[in-house]
Amino acid sequence: MPLTDDQKRERIARRIAQELRDGYYVNLGIGVPTLVANFIPKGMDVVMQSENGMLGVGPYPLESEVDADLVNAGKETVSEIPGTCYFSSADSFAMIRGGHVDLTVLGGLQVDEKGNLANWSIPGKMLKGMGGAMDLVAGAKRVVIAMEHATRENKPKILKKCSLPLTGVGVVDHIVTELAFIEVTPQGLLLREIAPEATLEQVLGLTEPKLLLPPSGPAVMSV
Amino acid sequence: MDKRIASPDAAIANLRDGMTILMGGFGLCGIPENLIDAVRRQGTRELTIVSNNAGVEDCGAGVLLQTRQVKKMISTYIGGNKLFEQLALSGELQLELNPQGTLSERLRAGGAGIPAFYTPTGYGTVVAEGKETREFGGRMYVLERALRGDFAFVKAWKGDRWGNLVYRKTARNLNPMMATAADYVIAEVEELVEPGQIDPDHVHTPGIYVDAIFQGARFEKRIEIRATRKV
Repeated sequence: MPLTDDQKRERIARRIAQELRDGYYVNLGIGVPTLVANFIPKGMDVVMQSENGMLGVGPYPLESEVDADLVNAGKETVSEIPGTCYFSSADSFAMIRGGHVDLTVLGGLQVDEKGNLANWSIPGKMLKGMGGAMDLVAGAKRVVIAMEHATRENKPKILKKCSLPLTGVGVVDHIVTELAFIEVTPQGLLLREIAPEATLEQVLGLTEPKLLLPPSGPAVMSV
Repeated sequence: MDKRIASPDAAIANLRDGMTILMGGFGLCGIPENLIDAVRRQGTRELTIVSNNAGVEDCGAGVLLQTRQVKKMISTYIGGNKLFEQLALSGELQLELNPQGTLSERLRAGGAGIPAFYTPTGYGTVVAEGKETREFGGRMYVLERALRGDFAFVKAWKGDRWGNLVYRKTARNLNPMMATAADYVIAEVEELVEPGQIDPDHVHTPGIYVDAIFQGARFEKRIEIRATRKV
């Protein structure tokens, strides 16, 4: 049984959540990255940064707590928690650009073997804008890309060279898909883990560049 | 000192075709609704608007796209406003996309007397095209220039007649930088109070930056994406 879209999304989010550490300041992008917040291990203090000007993003509010002045970077209503603070966009990006954010999770249209990322435009077809993504990839200590391994037409999204407009050059540290956990290294892309039901052949077939393998082969992704 | 002005319409009396307006807000959060309405009523055209987004089709700066009063947008994000995307893709609207941190810093620099600055953001991408680049400590940076407006429209929670402003929660966003970076800065507030009623330690935007202030007659404060939990 192939995974449903929701199952793929949840798996990617769960795997990325395993990268979190106590005390991390984390910025999550729109879409699948936002789901990562649902899987923070119990007892771990992870502070969410939202680039519109908030540290300590709480869960979605109860209907009775909805506040038009309190939204996340995806423009969804959120709530505050004890310890939350607010600041301007200039302060927010000083934090981001200045290297104070431990980890950011963003979606991707394409990633290539040099760690280049494209995620904000398909010329002539789709134009969303980069928002804070270019600053996040330039400034966060670690950049994790959460995306489906291939397109709907089974074309690779992990490429030798991105063809879409770039968000950043040499900025990606890890790519997490429903099939694999890949690390960007100076030598190329290292296939660290593959999903329990996936085969090596399948992952290689859906990935354009050559993937390096760890000496003992890829581990099984714990999902 | 009294910077109070009778209405948003009076506040923009000197706005002319072709001018540049800085507009605070992120999505529909913290937007100068009353001033945007006044621009629609005034009918000025060929405007350049600097704003993180353009709201949605019928709320926020999106209203002025509908009435075709805008020649150029300087923004960071389009998603969420189909008309904005269509006008930009068809070329009917000029669009300059800036990374959000770069836009914030260009405005901050514009208000702080700094003509340009180097940032690592966007190096190697289209936003760096045609711009000077330079290496510092083994890393490449892009030279970005300060940005200013003829007018700034700022939305704050409270303000006094000296122009001291307090923002509320994430409605602060780009408003404080915009308040520093225009020739004529207008603040619309939900509550206008007397000097002394805001704790001096709690002022976010000192009154020196603000030229005119009024209490908005109407704040819809529409919510773009109402996300809630059950328990």
